[in-house]
Amino acid sequence: MELLAIFISAILINNFVLHYFLGICPFLGVSKKLDSAISMGLAVTFVMTITAVVSWIINHWVLIPYKLEYLQIVSFILVIASLVQLVEMFIRKTSPPLYQALGIYLPLITTNCAIMGLALLAALKNYNFMETVVFGVGSGLGFTLAIVLMAGIRERLDLADVPEPLKGAGIALIVAGIMALGFFGFSGMIK
Amino acid sequence: MDILIPILTMGILGLLFSSGLVLAYKKLRVEEDPRVMEIFEILPQANCGACGFSGCRAFAEAVVKGAAPVNGCPVGGEEVASKIASILGVEAKTMVKKVARIHCRGTKEAAKERGVYLGIATCAAAHLIGGQKQCSYGCLGFGDCVRACLFEAMWMGEDGLPHVDETKCTGCGQCVEACPRNIIELHPIDQNILVFCRSLDRGPLARKVCKNACIACGICVRACPEAIVLENNLAKIIDYKKIPEDKIPAIEKCPTKAIGRFHRPPEETDSAKDQPRPAS
Repeated sequence: MELLAIFISAILINNFVLHYFLGICPFLGVSKKLDSAISMGLAVTFVMTITAVVSWIINHWVLIPYKLEYLQIVSFILVIASLVQLVEMFIRKTSPPLYQALGIYLPLITTNCAIMGLALLAALKNYNFMETVVFGVGSGLGFTLAIVLMAGIRERLDLADVPEPLKGAGIALIVAGIMALGFFGFSGMIK
Repeated sequence: MDILIPILTMGILGLLFSSGLVLAYKKLRVEEDPRVMEIFEILPQANCGACGFSGCRAFAEAVVKGAAPVNGCPVGGEEVASKIASILGVEAKTMVKKVARIHCRGTKEAAKERGVYLGIATCAAAHLIGGQKQCSYGCLGFGDCVRACLFEAMWMGEDGLPHVDETKCTGCGQCVEACPRNIIELHPIDQNILVFCRSLDRGPLARKVCKNACIACGICVRACPEAIVLENNLAKIIDYKKIPEDKIPAIEKCPTKAIGRFHRPPEETDSAKDQPRPAS
């Protein structure tokens, strides 16, 4: 039950984009088309899950035993950067079409603050190993949900009669704000 | 001593990750032909698609694979072709540069209008309702081709027709695509004799709607039957290389000036063509 609560909470209630306002850059940058939004969401989910696992291992096996918790940020950056590199190489080797489809978004994940936030939050909340994994998957899916919803809305917005000064980024930010308000409706679900 | 623990920890972690990456790189490296990158860097990077591939990158890959000819980039021309050839170690076939030329002389004076067009000022829109000119084959003059040009090689002249700066034209064919009436065609730059009309109307009607229309009288065909034919009420040049210099005056007897030399010596240049480009 506890795991399910963490999962649901990561997707809906504590959604990384709409609750913590992390990962806004890809959320606004890659949400113009539904296809690329889905690819980006899945790539982020993938990296988030692996990051959650590896950063948990480093945190609990290395940093905490030696009382080096203050090195969390630096070591997590190390983890994320190398993981993204690894994932990039792996995808390029095994599935060139997927590599082409993800394009620039893959290396961009390195600098996605949602990933860093995930690693730090999992450490802050003192999750055990399984909880961290579930938290990572849930957060990734939450990001995917948010970015796909946003892309769907923005594809329709392209055809809508938007006032001149609000076109482009302006209306996108307003939409993001309204979506965040909407997601706050979930906040009473889990105590 | 306390300072040593974090330094060692981070050092070891960094070493672990970097050696992991090095191992992964050795295992997962994708062999890529270095010539692809070399050729890609030479290409014009316009990604215009004139080569038939989806961009300069795709063209570079195709050339290395042998799927595209060395001189397949019309934009880069001979210079790029010879560079690519030297990278691949093959000989470049000489390539005549192609440029866009407009097959219409329906200037504002020559072609009659059938009404005042007040719709959207693009050729595509005007073409939907049949155009504002009586001739249903001629240039509409709203400059879709000029807007399509990626190289600023085209401009609309005072005469209501587009003109091409042949030094800037790369033969990418964007204007050919943009023209709803298919008036623009790519021709080798050394082809000097052209038919300046696309009207398939019969002679009397063609002449009624435009002073410069081809009326299919056959004077040019009689002058040079081996290179020019009549097809659907329109003169057609089959092979410009077969037209000898001395037959040009006879061909240019054309009563409507619908066929003739594209570039003429300055002393006989008429005002309808070779208009100076307005300073932008």
